[in-house]
Amino acid sequence: MKARLWGTRGSVASAGPQTARYGGNTACVEVRGDDGTLLVLDAGTGIQRLGNELEADLHRIDILLTHLHMDHIQGLGFFAPIFRRGCEIHVWGPPSPTLHLRARLTRYLSPPLFPIRLRDLRANFEFHDAPQGRFPIGPFTVEADEVIHPGATLGYRVSENGRSLAYLSDHEPALAADGNRGPEWISGMGLARDADILIHDAQYTQAEREERLGWGHSSVPEAIDFAQTAGVGQLVLFHHDPTRTDHQMDLLVAEAEGLADGLAVTAAREGDVLVL
Amino acid sequence: MTDLPQQPIEMILLRQLAEHLAIPMWVIDAEGDLVFFNEAAEPTLGVRADDVDQMPYETWTTSFAPRDLEGNAIAGDDLPSVKALREQKPQHDSLQITGADGVARQIVITAFPLTGGHGDVMGSVTMFWESDER
Repeated sequence: MKARLWGTRGSVASAGPQTARYGGNTACVEVRGDDGTLLVLDAGTGIQRLGNELEADLHRIDILLTHLHMDHIQGLGFFAPIFRRGCEIHVWGPPSPTLHLRARLTRYLSPPLFPIRLRDLRANFEFHDAPQGRFPIGPFTVEADEVIHPGATLGYRVSENGRSLAYLSDHEPALAADGNRGPEWISGMGLARDADILIHDAQYTQAEREERLGWGHSSVPEAIDFAQTAGVGQLVLFHHDPTRTDHQMDLLVAEAEGLADGLAVTAAREGDVLVL
Repeated sequence: MTDLPQQPIEMILLRQLAEHLAIPMWVIDAEGDLVFFNEAAEPTLGVRADDVDQMPYETWTTSFAPRDLEGNAIAGDDLPSVKALREQKPQHDSLQITGADGVARQIVITAFPLTGGHGDVMGSVTMFWESDER
């Protein structure tokens, strides 16, 4: 299994010379199974470039949305395969007690926010409420669970051949964390536990975080603490704040390495390939 | 894949909320086991939350000796918390309990079912007050 990062930024795309190294596109991760099966985690603006590089004969694509905030769906309308006849696109997302996933996404994929209606796209779409627990997609075993973030939001764990990637792009476990409770009382811990690689929200510095309690994101130290509790093999800091320059990111990475205490920590950069 | 037990997000957030409220609360899960009660509930239940682990249905429904206002024992399945869970309807009642400190108290209970985002029955939430209301 390999994962390639096409979008690492949070909240809003932030293109420009000051974000060129870590990337300005919003959340999108391509996951490939050993047989080439494709999963796409989130459809932020990074999915546009992914779509341009996919094989033309790819018949099925599964897109797993963590939630429906714009930075996780904005690229969907610009994903080349949606205009390709015969391409089967399965979109998975958090369930809602009131509206089906298709109806919720149509709020964006329709005029006036988007010029083309979903029904007019050439690909065949299927929308699924991601089931709680484990479900198969091709050679992968996927596990979804709700995590702390405003609105219904999922984290995912993707496993193949005994290797696991946990993806918690938007997550504020510290909002309901208490050291006196067991790890089963920490949001997302069941997904992240012992994962080989954890891609985790680390949008804020600790100072920023203290002013943004309840906004749904983690600081770098909180992400490290969560990863250490989960016992993951490697932590990839993700969902970088849109205001963060590459230079500031370098400083955050240095700070993270100082806190890691043996944990392998990197900051996600567009184009990075994670091999599991 | 991991087999670590994981509390559902609704339960995690509910516990966090409960621990910040001055209203006594306890929560039972879908099996009827007492998952937690908050600090505000401690004086009425006569025991500290930190001293009590999760309590099986058979334990918590009897250890506080619930009874109606005439003193008749109330079976576990007839307690408002359990009825809210089983019938999926809010419940309201007055009853008496005896705390772990041995003190009998009259309480008013409001219980409501806890239904998750997937529509799954997760348990029930009970708020209660010491009161002489009949």
